Amino acid sequence: MVPVTYYLALSAVMFMIGILGVLIRRNSLVIFMSLELMFNASNLAFVTFARMHGGLTGQIMVFFVMTVAAAEVAIGLALIVEIFRTRHTIDMDKLNSMKG
Amino acid sequence: MPGLPVVFFIMAAVAIGTAAGMVISRNTVYSAMFLVLNFATVAMLYLILGAPFIALSQITVYAGSIMVLFLFVIMLLGVERMPDSANLRWLPVVAIPLLGVLLAVLGLTFFNRMGSLAGAADVSSTFGAPNEIGALLFTQYTLPFEITGVILLTAVIGAIILAKADHPSARDEARAARLAADASSKKDVPAGAQHD
Repeated sequence: MVPVTYYLALSAVMFMIGILGVLIRRNSLVIFMSLELMFNASNLAFVTFARMHGGLTGQIMVFFVMTVAAAEVAIGLALIVEIFRTRHTIDMDKLNSMKG
Repeated sequence: MPGLPVVFFIMAAVAIGTAAGMVISRNTVYSAMFLVLNFATVAMLYLILGAPFIALSQITVYAGSIMVLFLFVIMLLGVERMPDSANLRWLPVVAIPLLGVLLAVLGLTFFNRMGSLAGAADVSSTFGAPNEIGALLFTQYTLPFEITGVILLTAVIGAIILAKADHPSARDEARAARLAADASSKKDVPAGAQHD
């Protein structure tokens, strides 16, 4: 039987890789995908805790996180499309002005 | 279950490998594909942890809807054809050691506070089943559930408004043309002969 701490360690490693993606990559879409990876890592931690304590509260939390993440992805991608229409780039280093 | 540790380690290796592949890959479509595989692997981990409803929700919502949305946007923007100019040189050099430090701190915390290394206690066969989650969602967590519905409605309205193109519609253009024609015809007619 695998100790549940291993699942938490896997969640931590996935979260770190997500943070690395947000810091290193300049493509807005890849940064957004790294954010989704971080959401997934925290969802894994929630489900692990639900299993550890034998209650379903962790899984309910994952349900809500998934729903809100879906809504956020819809709005975020609409924003990225709009930014691309006006600035013709989604390179984070070039999106350094709030003007216009 | 006899074969379980092997399954966990294979799943964990695939999850970490695909996550790293997503971050490293230069092609955006490859990154999206890696992330889809990561989501599917994490869904299998949810199944092992006794969360069947969450596992299938993960496949339906994350891998099936969110990543499809990502791929549509990647296709619309034509991102994979964009030239990738040089990265800031010092950024990976600083970020990776800092992350190594963070990971080391996390590892130390794990090993000092780990508690017993026993596996998870066995749970009933209906643990995490849809009817149990539904029973909780509609009795104890009704308010967050309804608020989530409002959030989704707001997201739909917001996404439609944000993605609406900015060119004037045909009706607006016809109206503007009609107003311009009225203004010019009123200038031509002399003042006493105006009729409404």
